[in-house]
Amino acid sequence: MNAKKAAAKPARGHPRKAAAGAKSRPEAGIASIDELMAYAYALELEAAERYAEFADAMEAHNNREVAELFRKLARIENRHAEQVLEEMGWVSPPDAPHGGYKWEGFEAPESGDVTELHYLMQPYHALQIALHNEKRAHAFFGSLVKQARNAKVRKAAQEMEQEEAEHVRLIEEWIKRTPKPDADWAIDPDPPVLAD
Amino acid sequence: MTTATARPTVPISARDFKSDYNPIWCPGCGDYSVVLSFTRAFASLGLRPENTAVVSGIGCSSRIPAYLTSYGFHGVHGRSLAAAAGLKLARPDLTVVVASGDGDGYSIGGNHFMHACRRNVDMTYVVMDNHVYGMTKGQPSPTTEPDWNSKLSPGGTGVRTFHPLVIALAAGANFVARAFSGDPSGTANVLVEAIKTPGFSFVEILSPCVTFRPEQREWKNAVRPAPVGTTNDPARAARYIMTDDGFNLGILYRGERAPYQPPMGRGNKQPADLEKGFAI
Repeated sequence: MNAKKAAAKPARGHPRKAAAGAKSRPEAGIASIDELMAYAYALELEAAERYAEFADAMEAHNNREVAELFRKLARIENRHAEQVLEEMGWVSPPDAPHGGYKWEGFEAPESGDVTELHYLMQPYHALQIALHNEKRAHAFFGSLVKQARNAKVRKAAQEMEQEEAEHVRLIEEWIKRTPKPDADWAIDPDPPVLAD
Repeated sequence: MTTATARPTVPISARDFKSDYNPIWCPGCGDYSVVLSFTRAFASLGLRPENTAVVSGIGCSSRIPAYLTSYGFHGVHGRSLAAAAGLKLARPDLTVVVASGDGDGYSIGGNHFMHACRRNVDMTYVVMDNHVYGMTKGQPSPTTEPDWNSKLSPGGTGVRTFHPLVIALAAGANFVARAFSGDPSGTANVLVEAIKTPGFSFVEILSPCVTFRPEQREWKNAVRPAPVGTTNDPARAARYIMTDDGFNLGILYRGERAPYQPPMGRGNKQPADLEKGFAI
């Protein structure tokens, strides 16, 4: 995942930062760079927290290989969240917009679905979850590009969209390097169900 | 709000309500997200761990007090509401939340459920409903569909399902809502309103058991916001709840009944004094 970590983030002084402080109009969609980046921060942080929970769950079931992979994904997403803070010059996490974050689904688009876990899952499955999350994040920023009502926000959202597209590509490459599970991967010779 | 919500001197976050113990549930279990909802709701309300108590019974869902930083009581099977009612009546300053599952809450604790609704003590009852006894390996519970075929119920039980929201309403609960574990923020918002509403609040959280009911992964595609708003008319709420398919989410009823809170003594009696009261 080092390649993903290396995904370029704009340096300080970028238009995203320069436009910070523009008036926010949540009722009209994301209208300021501050608000957009608050969304980006929340998205990355929630993803990091969820991957950490996934890692804990896998450790509890002694699936150490997948636990370590989720731990790595959590570190990467945490770093992305920190990068948002650094880029914006924020010394503390931003406040949520009035009324809270409005996501298209139940949760932030990079947050993995808890019900997709399986105690016998393999790294390939974990990466499929990550790929799905990155694709949703890509689509999320894509929709912000379409909804943006000012050029600066649109440009910043486009950059975020491009970054997420890069993340998608990197995860896809990672998946190519990862062994595909056998068809019977979920078969447990000592299953957790009462039989006979 | 009748619960302890004194403004903290130091703001407290959702993370502060998580304990150091990592949850031990099956990977994929919906209950993981319920922990998140609890912590978000408590933080949103400005509660303090020392003023909050989470009481539970037995079952997967009842493990939750261990995963929270607050007072906790892991009681006996089906008796969480009795313990919680005693706690709330003795310590009305505490925010009391009860965690249960569909087996613990509707079967073993079914009678307590009805009378807790009727009594209307100011507490919030959260039932994580997965339509199965998960901890004991997949037996049908009161909310299991009658035709659910399993090794332990070949061909299904043929028994109609318990309808907890209607029962709660009919028995006198002051707040009735349904939430979905896959929507932790939405669930947290419902919990906030449940805790804020005086009296007995009942929140059913659909929480998939992916081990014994893997088909429940599809619940995320079945749930939707209830097409009706919150009502304070129990008859209207009952008509609606009776005809829904079990996947409509939201606060379906919020009443205005005053909670039951008898005046309590100072509690400084010695055991010998109490014994005198029973002397014949």
